[in-house]
Amino acid sequence: MLEPMRAATAAIAKMRHSAIVRATHWINALCFVALAVSGVAILIAHPRFYWGWTGYFDTPAAFELPLTVDLDQTGWGRNLHFLAAWITVFNGLVYVGRGLLARHFLGWHGYSRLQKLAYLGVVFVLLPVMTLSGLTMSPGVTAAHPELFDLFGGRQSARTIHFLLGNLLVVFLIGHVAMTIATGFGRNMRAMITAGDA
Amino acid sequence: MISRRRWLAGAPAAGGLLLAGCKESLPPTYGSLFGLSDALTFAAHRLLLRNQPLAREFRRDQISQHFPAINTTNPADRDYQQLRAGHFADWRLSVGGLVTSPGELSLADLKAFPSRTQVTLHCCEQGWSAIAEWTGVQLSRVLQAVGTEPRARYVVFYSVDGWWDSLDMFDALHPQTLLAYGMNGGDLPVQHGAPVRLRVERQLGYKNLKYVAGIKLTDRLDDIEDGTGANGVAHGYPWYAGI
Repeated sequence: MLEPMRAATAAIAKMRHSAIVRATHWINALCFVALAVSGVAILIAHPRFYWGWTGYFDTPAAFELPLTVDLDQTGWGRNLHFLAAWITVFNGLVYVGRGLLARHFLGWHGYSRLQKLAYLGVVFVLLPVMTLSGLTMSPGVTAAHPELFDLFGGRQSARTIHFLLGNLLVVFLIGHVAMTIATGFGRNMRAMITAGDA
Repeated sequence: MISRRRWLAGAPAAGGLLLAGCKESLPPTYGSLFGLSDALTFAAHRLLLRNQPLAREFRRDQISQHFPAINTTNPADRDYQQLRAGHFADWRLSVGGLVTSPGELSLADLKAFPSRTQVTLHCCEQGWSAIAEWTGVQLSRVLQAVGTEPRARYVVFYSVDGWWDSLDMFDALHPQTLLAYGMNGGDLPVQHGAPVRLRVERQLGYKNLKYVAGIKLTDRLDDIEDGTGANGVAHGYPWYAGI
């Protein structure tokens, strides 16, 4: 399985990443870590998940994480989460906008079908649903757009989906980094930092 | 194809447009980089909420059975306990600051206003949410009765347990912003802030101050208490909690 991937990566390395792809990639990487870390800080205030509208200490949980409750991390956690989320949104708009203009998403000739599915799925499905499920937890946004509630089936459903998809993104990240290492870490890093020029 | 320079220039410009769309000044922030995303969130919400939509209201049969009570659930304050023993008959809400008729309102005074009842979703910053029915007087009616001066921009709320917070007029005058004295058809229970708590349905639970003792109209927040607009700000909880 690695052989075709190596061949693919070599082909991509030849294609080179544009400066915008490289810049948005690393901004995104930084935000991803910030969102994941702050997400955990928020989550440990209430590591229980529910389906529907409501859920609290003495209602049955859909599932519960074996984490020690810590109520004192949500302040910085939420502030960092939103700062990183705003940057991710602007960064993502630049990346997708540039990609559509440059036909970036059509020109991935080197990638296997699985790779294309994974990357396009993350960019066009997972990240938008993450954003929408996050916004559904906002009492301000849902006052303006109550249809978000109906899309996810309630605020607690949206929170649960947000958590589960966040985990899926972490799994994707692990796969992404593993593949980068397996197909020539040094060359891949050079390709994403200096476009292979150095 | 749009050049990188134009794209990079475009992102802050879009943010500026968003901010320009918001006529009111930005919320008090606590400096740092987080103040930037706070301001963006605030401006985005004001744009989304410019027509003052109501938060969703629910059916009575959706009311949560055991609405959680957190933080202060029975203020130790001696005066409060005395008032409580007297079923809050002697309780008074002090109203001051930039109003034409400052003074005190009793629970009976508040109940003499037309009331509003709403079944809403309470969203705690911790992550849980619960539905309850709240009955009270719209803050806008009280403010109209006491006569706010035109330059008043914020309403500051003081609680008997030492908490304080504030709203700007945009949220203070919203139809669902209540001084609530009833919950789920009965009097507001002590654990939920008796005799009167604030309901601000388009923001997180922590803005819904319990045990309200006084309100004060002001044109600026920087000379109130620590100047941040709310006592949660020092602990990392933003003044604007529409999230």
